[in-house]
Amino acid sequence: MPSVSMTVNGKQVSGEVEGRTLLVEFLREHLRLTGTHVGCDTSQCGACVVHIDGTSAKSCAVLALQAEGTSVDTIEGLADGDTLHPMQEAFREHHGLQCGFCTPGMVMTAVAMAKDNPNLTDAQVRHGLEGNLCRCTGYQNIVEAIVAGAKAMNG
Amino acid sequence: MHDFNFIRPRSVAEALNAVADADDGQFMAGGQTIIPVLKQRLAMPSDLVELSQIDELTGIVVDGGSVTIGAMTPHAQVAGSADVAGAIPALADLAGMIGDPHVRNRGTLGGSIANNDPAADYPAAVLGLGATVQTDRRTIAGDDFFTDLFETALAEGELITRVSFPVPDAAAYMKFPNPASRYAIVGVFVSRTGSDVRVAVTGAGPCAFRVAGMEAALAGNFTPDAIAGIAVSGDDFNNDIHASAEYRAHLVGVMASRAVAKAG
Repeated sequence: MPSVSMTVNGKQVSGEVEGRTLLVEFLREHLRLTGTHVGCDTSQCGACVVHIDGTSAKSCAVLALQAEGTSVDTIEGLADGDTLHPMQEAFREHHGLQCGFCTPGMVMTAVAMAKDNPNLTDAQVRHGLEGNLCRCTGYQNIVEAIVAGAKAMNG
Repeated sequence: MHDFNFIRPRSVAEALNAVADADDGQFMAGGQTIIPVLKQRLAMPSDLVELSQIDELTGIVVDGGSVTIGAMTPHAQVAGSADVAGAIPALADLAGMIGDPHVRNRGTLGGSIANNDPAADYPAAVLGLGATVQTDRRTIAGDDFFTDLFETALAEGELITRVSFPVPDAAAYMKFPNPASRYAIVGVFVSRTGSDVRVAVTGAGPCAFRVAGMEAALAGNFTPDAIAGIAVSGDDFNNDIHASAEYRAHLVGVMASRAVAKAG
């Protein structure tokens, strides 16, 4: 079996995978980083969003071997010990989640969106969330959380 | 998904050899279509030849008359390019409307047009601007590239290297997206270069096509009024749960009119 190595949340990791192993499978089943969720498995819902070399990607639509040599960030890498990342804190503060299933993908998408952009508008956030589906909240609180989180991240 | 050998060549020559040497080799660009297709077992290649490590397939070059984009350039890079926005703003706009931010970070121009999904956006720009498609072995006129549903002029094992878009005097792309997938239910790309007008439609038929009647009407009078009375027939249009053929035919007129208004 081919081997793959990458940096995940700042730590060097490697493993044996098949060609067909998805990045999300590698994260969840090999590394036991189960914060990244598989919702639809058809690249629509965005629950599996992670960052690869700083840009957002749906990890159910990336092969583990494609991430060879990259730096991958997942939801587990955001908090600093017990201190939530400002975007996580904004989701908590603004009740930007209900069941929580889509939340890791929402937060990772939000962090990518807010990077270098403290003044996100509602319209920009809604456009930026087109690849992330939530079936609980109706999005309103997610949008509020992201606008606030962007300010906090860059403040 | 069935398993396959995963190969990452460093040059176009290596990529061509890898596919030629495989029992059933398949190129992979950004993977945003091929991975879902593999999951459904609609494709079961023996070897997947992934192109992301080939430097000669990336990059954007703008000179006076054209914008040339490497086949492996992701949509987000085209959408965010000040050079593209300066030369052909409609092309940057189109790239920014594809899928969602995550798909745009990985999906590529070459992958999109090689796949030729009937609802993909880029085919409308290739036809609507009269682009030329450069492959490892020849140049193919955009007008000859899209041949049928998921079919192109590409030969077995032929690889797109870059696409060159001539800079028009004015252009715009308007699309009516499916609200879930963001694929075009109908998208219309219009361009005007002197008195030469192109109107290219995606989403409506088996693959992108031009509307000669609208082009002729717009050549003398590039305004929405010029095409207000021109209906297109939906006889051969796509008819599915997302929209009827009749509705798509109606949308062609609406999107064309809006695109002409936007191009100005």
